[in-house]
Amino acid sequence: MKEINIEELEKRFQEKIDADIRIEPKDWMPDAYRKTLIRQISQHAHSEIVGMLPEGNWITRAPNLRRKAVLLAKVQDEAGHGLYLYSAAETLGADREETIDDLHSGKAKYSSIFNYPTLTWADMGTIGWLVDGAAIMNQVPLCRCSYGPYARAMVRVCKEESFHQRQGFEIVTKLAQGTPEQKAMAQDSLNRFWWPALMMFGPSDADSQHSEQSMKWKIKRNSNDELRQMFVDVTVPQAELVGLTIPDPDLKWNEEKGSYDFGEINWDEFWQVVSGNGICNKERVEARRKAKENGSWVREAANAYAAKKAQRKAS
Amino acid sequence: MTKEEALFKYTLRLGDDALIVSQRLSEWCGHGPILEEDIALTNIALDLVGQATVLLEYAAKVEGKDRSADDLAYLRYERDYTNLLLCEQPNGDFGATIVRQFLFSAYQQFMYAALTKSSDEQLAAIAEKSLKEVKYHVKHSAEWVIRLGDGTEESHQRVQASLNDLWRFSQEIFFEDEVNQTLIEAGIITSLEDLRADWEGLVKRVVEEATLTLPETKWQLDGGRKGLHSEHLGYLLAEMQYMQRAYPGMEW
Ligand SMILES: [Fe+2]
Ligand SMILES: [Fe+2]
Repeated sequence: MKEINIEELEKRFQEKIDADIRIEPKDWMPDAYRKTLIRQISQHAHSEIVGMLPEGNWITRAPNLRRKAVLLAKVQDEAGHGLYLYSAAETLGADREETIDDLHSGKAKYSSIFNYPTLTWADMGTIGWLVDGAAIMNQVPLCRCSYGPYARAMVRVCKEESFHQRQGFEIVTKLAQGTPEQKAMAQDSLNRFWWPALMMFGPSDADSQHSEQSMKWKIKRNSNDELRQMFVDVTVPQAELVGLTIPDPDLKWNEEKGSYDFGEINWDEFWQVVSGNGICNKERVEARRKAKENGSWVREAANAYAAKKAQRKAS
Repeated sequence: MTKEEALFKYTLRLGDDALIVSQRLSEWCGHGPILEEDIALTNIALDLVGQATVLLEYAAKVEGKDRSADDLAYLRYERDYTNLLLCEQPNGDFGATIVRQFLFSAYQQFMYAALTKSSDEQLAAIAEKSLKEVKYHVKHSAEWVIRLGDGTEESHQRVQASLNDLWRFSQEIFFEDEVNQTLIEAGIITSLEDLRADWEGLVKRVVEEATLTLPETKWQLDGGRKGLHSEHLGYLLAEMQYMQRAYPGMEW
């Protein structure tokens, strides 16, 4: 048998990528590709799961029966997204329990937007509109990601995210057209979530560690700044449509480049929140840790019962 | 009591039960012991909030006082709520939630099955649709009662303690008064006593398979159907009704 060296394998791998041939779990892949994907997919999975908490915060206080049902269903969808993504990470050899433990120990990150508190009902609208909206911007290109299971998971997820985005915008619209109190509630919520939503696209291209290699591997198709610009360009007219003001004095249409100019993001805040100093970081991780801890006797019981059942069947 | 009054009150009871259990279950969302179970509990909560909505809509229509389902859910006080005491009991640990769900869903299953034959077409249709959902709730919660009961030493003890604790609310399921009498006479519902054997049979079977013991206690509590609740309901409603109380008359 002819021995193929690593360089040859890597060359063939890159050729497949360049030819837009999907990489599947059993295919050979460079270690760094696998690691990058595991990091990105598990971070994404954690974001879905931690992302249940800020909205979960309002399920029991939803203002009417219809909103309660829609919000419950939405948060449940996010749990489903987490499941698909943990499964996609498992196809790369990541262990789900270990992955989750990394979240609980603070080793693994999740989207920093979920470290901001949901203070009013309007936040349920703003989160759907902006946060699910930004997620769509990030995830639509991922439907063409070079890694098959991730790309396929994203196709399912994106359909639901756009549904969430529309529902969120519908909540915001209702408030914006409501009483002065409701409109103020919507504006206040936009004021609080606008900048954190822009931060969802990650550091600016100049400061982005992983971007270049990810683009070459077609894990990423667009740079952080490109995606952020696209998000601003679609979102500003939506805010105008419902009569809300984007909290950015520097926001201005730039005729020449055919898109909006916008103000400088507070990167200090971004890095502080990413590194654990946001108002809710502790509570979010704590809530997930507690869920696991309080559920350990349940999981043990389920395992013990399954073992007993198998034994009874065998004897 | 007129037939309409009784029908209103009866439908309200069924709606209140579904709504309050749903509210309790939704407290689990994001905090379940495993992700799959988080999703399953949310599913049950969603089914029940759906049932509550159609039941309260129908109750509002029967009442004919221009109140909506949301008015009934969000603008009634503790003393006007007529759910079973069992429904409002706090979630406790996962085992307690499961025991509450099993006892309640088993009741709903037999009650809805009987109601599918009601001469009231609307109630029969609601029961028909709800029954399909509730059969899954019974299956799911019974499987967990068995798993936890026959799992580990710890899970056995925990779930037995929950069963002991919740059992005192179990017989309220069969509480009947003038509301039931009026509707039984009108041929709209059957007596809850007719469900007792089926309900007890199912509960005994599952408890036995779970290697648990049915509590001996004869003393039973009721009052929920008359608006006499435990202290827990007030807090549940304070949370659930917060928006409608803080911002009266606004649309969301
Ligand atoms: Fe999602
Ligand atoms: Fe979403």
